[in-house]
Amino acid sequence: MEPILLTGNAAAAWGARLAGVDYVPAFPITPQTEIIETLGAWLDSGAMPGRMVTLESEHSMLTAAGAAAATGVRVFSATSSQGLLHAMEMLYTVAGWRAPFVLVNVSRGLSAPITLEADHNDVLAARDSGFLQIHCTDCQEVVDSVLLAYRLAEDTAVRLPVMVNLDGFYLSFTREPVRLPDLAAAREFLPPFDPGSMRFAASAPQSQAVAVLGGSPYSYFRYETHLAARNAISVYQRIAAEFESRFGRERGAVEAYRCDDADIVFFMIGSFASKAREAVDRLREAGRRVGLLRPRLLRPYPAEIIASALLGVRGVAVVDQNISMGQGGVLHTELAAALYGRGSAPAILTSFIGGLGGREIAPQEFFEMAEVTFRAVDEGRSPPPRLLYTETELRELRKLQSVALAEREQTSPAGRATP
Amino acid sequence: MASRVLGTALFRSGFTVQDAPKYGAERRGAPIFSTVRAARGTAINERGVIHNPDLVVVADDTLLTVPAAGILQGLEQGAVVLVNSRESAETWQHRLNLDVQLVILPAAAEVEDRAELPHIGATCAGAAASLLGVIAPDVLAAAIGEELAGLGELVVEQNRRNALAAYRAVQDKKGLVREGKAVAAGDYTPPAWVELSVDDVGIAAPDVRAVANSVQVRTGLWRTLRPTIDYDHCVNCWWVCSSLCPDSAIRVENNTPIIDYDHCKGCMICVGVCPPHAIQGEPEYLAQQREAQSADTGAGDNNGTDTADG
Repeated sequence: MEPILLTGNAAAAWGARLAGVDYVPAFPITPQTEIIETLGAWLDSGAMPGRMVTLESEHSMLTAAGAAAATGVRVFSATSSQGLLHAMEMLYTVAGWRAPFVLVNVSRGLSAPITLEADHNDVLAARDSGFLQIHCTDCQEVVDSVLLAYRLAEDTAVRLPVMVNLDGFYLSFTREPVRLPDLAAAREFLPPFDPGSMRFAASAPQSQAVAVLGGSPYSYFRYETHLAARNAISVYQRIAAEFESRFGRERGAVEAYRCDDADIVFFMIGSFASKAREAVDRLREAGRRVGLLRPRLLRPYPAEIIASALLGVRGVAVVDQNISMGQGGVLHTELAAALYGRGSAPAILTSFIGGLGGREIAPQEFFEMAEVTFRAVDEGRSPPPRLLYTETELRELRKLQSVALAEREQTSPAGRATP
Repeated sequence: MASRVLGTALFRSGFTVQDAPKYGAERRGAPIFSTVRAARGTAINERGVIHNPDLVVVADDTLLTVPAAGILQGLEQGAVVLVNSRESAETWQHRLNLDVQLVILPAAAEVEDRAELPHIGATCAGAAASLLGVIAPDVLAAAIGEELAGLGELVVEQNRRNALAAYRAVQDKKGLVREGKAVAAGDYTPPAWVELSVDDVGIAAPDVRAVANSVQVRTGLWRTLRPTIDYDHCVNCWWVCSSLCPDSAIRVENNTPIIDYDHCKGCMICVGVCPPHAIQGEPEYLAQQREAQSADTGAGDNNGTDTADG
């Protein structure tokens, strides 16, 4: 099919349509709303079969999604940021049910302060929930990943919900050329859901419930979920290989871009990784052997694939578009944990926090992160973590603070305000 | 809308395209901007803000002085700036000390307030398409048809007419915009990164602490619909409208509700809940026309308005 211009949100909606979903529980939130608006229009016009129900909150939406998936229908839903956090209790619960469905999260920084633009603290807050996570870098990957996610979720060796993540604004509202698989090809790749014994008919009522008290059975069920998630690495690789043979697009668990002879690589997820790809090309032109390593699959964590892609690499510049308060970048921490004790691991990991709340990362900053990492490799010592923040930004912020302070002092009846 | 028309026109002209809008608060008068990137053949890996744009289109010249709009950032010599303004190109170049090629958006019919120009998005897209020099007029027309299809043939035709008029009006500057180059990694200015210090929580927390000042923000300017109380039908059940107004913009004097138009955002909740149906809603621009007319004729028309507070 010829490419057409689609936003990331429209690509996500197309993923659901091509997947032939039966049920879409929905609740609006910027920057995700366009997904459910698009699906709503299709369902309304009859262009797409299925049902949409608007719920009163994301918590109810996730409950409805998990409950419907547990009856054997194909379920799609989408949320973002505060909405994902509002649903957090049910994320853990429905993953514990082993209910397979797909939830698209459109990443947006968390409050406070409030913002609309992207970073990954929302989706990473769901890191330990039992939802598997696929992270997208462009709009084409969004539609492809939704199809892959259903295959992964519904595989009997996995049977877990899957989250497909795309960044707000940088993908959600950004139009790019996208090749849509035609419906027949999509259906061949992703046949209708075969739920096995997970069925429900009003004529044959059955009860489904989960209850356990006591650590021993609890440990068993929790660890079974973990093992199913671990299984998902090889299952995903098999599905991605089949996807590539059908559609010609490589969608493996980890993207390794120009890593083969690289001295250092960038390591990051999300839409800004395509900016890193651009920086890699420019650095290569300047004679620097640099690559990009990008996990598409973040849960389960493909540690072995990452470790073997890093064989021969001397330094890794980890760019975290998130921050764990009091610790630092989540990707940096997890990469260090995955590599520790392997004799062949790169000696240097540098840590950069950038892109919080959609803050830009300029090409020159990628070049400089590479330089810092090259220097660290030469010196044999990793520098302390670095927030990407410039003098100009700090000057602008100080201006805002001075306005706020002047206002407070001017209007405070007690005269000078104490800070 | 202008960026989507331009993006679609470039895509139909054989370019790889990426276009994206960006906005903050969703309200009337808030600045919004969008970006369009086009490349010959290759995939576009850059995304987000364009640091050194080749063409900047400014639909409203009051944005030139808004720091948050960032219009003057990253303009390099040779860049083209297209501005919707009544002032001349020389005036803006002189005022802002700009070393760029500044083009004033041609207006089909001159109006008092440039913000009142009809089909401004299409007009901007039309002029921009001409300045880019790689979009044929029929492709521009087709792109408008594709992007505005849902709005009906009449709207498509009006937009097309304005866009093509703007396209022709700047035809002497066809192809003025040059093609940008990628930033080279061999010779770049390193970012001036700073270490943040631990600041006192009084300024380091994002909490605004000042004497109540929200009354100074005239949110009534956001209003597109205006509720008006017809006191002939008002039965003075003041508690209903005044307590259900989400903006506390209805005050009560002697059991009479009075709308504060400086802060009423026009949500129309009072219109919906008024038991005797005494509050009517109408488009704000019609209400303003009515006021202007009655001011001209000297007739009093102070129904429910809040002139006492200014």
